[in-house]
Amino acid sequence: MNYNWNWGIFFQLSPDGTYTYLQLLLFGAGWTLATALLAWAIALSVGAVVGVIRTSPNPWLVRLGNAYVELFRNIPLLVQMFLWYFVLPEIMPQAIGDWLKQSANASFYNAVICLGLYTSARVAEQVKAGILSLRSGQRMAGLAMGLTLPQTYRYVLLPMAFRIILPPLGSEFLNIIKNSSVALTIGLIELTAAARSMAEFSFQVFEAFTGATLIYIIINIVVVSGMRWLERRVAVPGFISMGQPAAAH
Amino acid sequence: MITISKVSKWYGKIQVLKNCSAEVAKGEVVVVCGPSGSGKSTLIKCVNALEPFQEGTITVEGISVGDPKTNLPKLRARIGMVFQHFELFPHLSVIRNLTLSQIKVLGRDPKAAAEKATKLLERVGLGAHAQKYPGQLSGGQQQRVAIARALAMDPIAMLFDEPTSALDPEMINEVLDVMVTLAKEGMTMIVVTHEMEFARKVANRVVFMDKGEIVEDAPTADFFGKPRSERAQQFLSKILQH
Amino acid sequence: MFSNIDWNVIIRSLPYLFFDGMRFTIMLTLMATAGGIVIGTLLALARLSNIPGLSQIAGTYVNLIRSMPLVLVIFWFYFLVPYIGQWITGASRPIQVGAFLSALVTFTLFEAAYFCEIMRAGIQSIPRGQVQAAQALGMPYWTSMLEIILPQAFRNMLPILLTQTIILFQDTSLVYVISVTDFLGAASKIAQRDGRLVEMYLFAAVVYFVISLAASYSVRRLQNRIAIIR
Repeated sequence: MNYNWNWGIFFQLSPDGTYTYLQLLLFGAGWTLATALLAWAIALSVGAVVGVIRTSPNPWLVRLGNAYVELFRNIPLLVQMFLWYFVLPEIMPQAIGDWLKQSANASFYNAVICLGLYTSARVAEQVKAGILSLRSGQRMAGLAMGLTLPQTYRYVLLPMAFRIILPPLGSEFLNIIKNSSVALTIGLIELTAAARSMAEFSFQVFEAFTGATLIYIIINIVVVSGMRWLERRVAVPGFISMGQPAAAH
Repeated sequence: MITISKVSKWYGKIQVLKNCSAEVAKGEVVVVCGPSGSGKSTLIKCVNALEPFQEGTITVEGISVGDPKTNLPKLRARIGMVFQHFELFPHLSVIRNLTLSQIKVLGRDPKAAAEKATKLLERVGLGAHAQKYPGQLSGGQQQRVAIARALAMDPIAMLFDEPTSALDPEMINEVLDVMVTLAKEGMTMIVVTHEMEFARKVANRVVFMDKGEIVEDAPTADFFGKPRSERAQQFLSKILQH
Repeated sequence: MFSNIDWNVIIRSLPYLFFDGMRFTIMLTLMATAGGIVIGTLLALARLSNIPGLSQIAGTYVNLIRSMPLVLVIFWFYFLVPYIGQWITGASRPIQVGAFLSALVTFTLFEAAYFCEIMRAGIQSIPRGQVQAAQALGMPYWTSMLEIILPQAFRNMLPILLTQTIILFQDTSLVYVISVTDFLGAASKIAQRDGRLVEMYLFAAVVYFVISLAASYSVRRLQNRIAIIR
């Protein structure tokens, strides 16, 4: 392969004159993590609510929850990104639209909301599956003791459901980190975008991508060991949890 | 105390309860038996509105269960229920299983709730297991915890839905013993079970159900002595053979 | 709000959107699925094999790909494929590769990692007695795999494989980052040229939604049918 390798490139100054290429990659990683963490907060809270209403006794709520999940699952993430970033400001009343377009860090906020809601539909699927995997007697036992339906969810169903779905939720969290790279299309300089701009400016394409890949692998390892620790932490004595493989990405 | 009057229930087009009526007085122990699929479990789950029914009325101390205005959590808190599969909450320790709804439903002080729970656990012979989790106990032990959990709410009546049918044979008696003691103390009980020895020993009345109907409702001695219906006779001869 | 919306732009560009864009998207989806399943199955067999090193190599590849974002993988292969081509053909310099071929190689190798995990779960779900029965009949490894194990694994995993294909169908839109004219790329080009972002992106969303929803609905029906047969 006639390619001029130059691993020292990471420590050279980038065209901005202040930071090295390595620092640029690390800033990118920072944006990746910030986007993923904030979006995850949205995904978990909205996903939990939608997952719960899909198991509620009210058929209209169930339909509403199902429609929500289908909507966010069946449109590509990239298209959703464009809808939030390019389309939403246009179809809002002028004043709000202009404000949306001009706000600083607009692409960051857009990415957070878009990724958060996109992932919330997938979290909702898991939450629903977790609740349905519990015996129906658990709900009855909660109600029979005089707990209200919300209390039954809060104290009986959700604590077990979340423990059961912890492994697939872990892979969803890894997915949200990876998916945040799609935000480069709306101008967010996260890790992949930082690597690409490094490749463009330095012409050391493969070093740049190798650097980004290594950072992604490190993030992966940290998250996976964190999840293992969490699973051990909340494990219920005498209860064998059933891990299920997560197929999607 | 509990009045079931002309209750019918359908799952879609299938009728699972047909015009069922029965009465349970304070302090009475009523055993409900019948072949599987006869609607006995469904009927007692109607008593605390875990299963909705379409026709008829059920009242508990004068309060109508089917009335949409009834405060169901309040009503259910006064009726204890024991399930076939125990339904302890696996993520809570044994003692927390007993204190959860004392605190959340009755608003009891956590310390008082824990004291009450400890006493009840000792009563069912499980005082040493308070800090364990349900998954660490045998089936018989779990069911005794479940009984204690129901008693912690100071119920006015107890419903038992096949409490021993998911247990290994050697564990059945430890659960039945607790239930016999409870009956002798004067607890109002409706017990769905196939344990005919238990029925003979403690029941005041036996209700026999088949295909969603109450076929026979007789004092215990009469039921075992001379069941009137042919279906009850057949059922008894089958079940008493082993 | 919707005051200066021009829906005609969609009608005008329908031929371009579907004959150029959607054809690319569908071709890429189907060919990458086929290639991904074949390579993914081979990877799964490698991961489950007892040959020293083989399982580790396959495992490393799968874990590496699965820990990277698809966008980064697309960039990797976009720059790497010309060098791979040079290596294969023995040319003196990196060879020019068309957009479709580059995208096809990328998605095939990327999806192979995911199909590998699905097929591995599928193979492991087959009771050991099946393997032993095949061996007892004297079947060599490849015969027992091709005749006994893989058909059952494939059948068990069919709904998941198809669901993964729907995800792939949506993911192909990411070739946008290397300026390839797939369905979204075509919509985007018209959107930029005519200044019709709202119309074109909304239309693209509706088209993806309808196709994906219809496909996932069919997968669910298939799943229920299989569940009944078992």
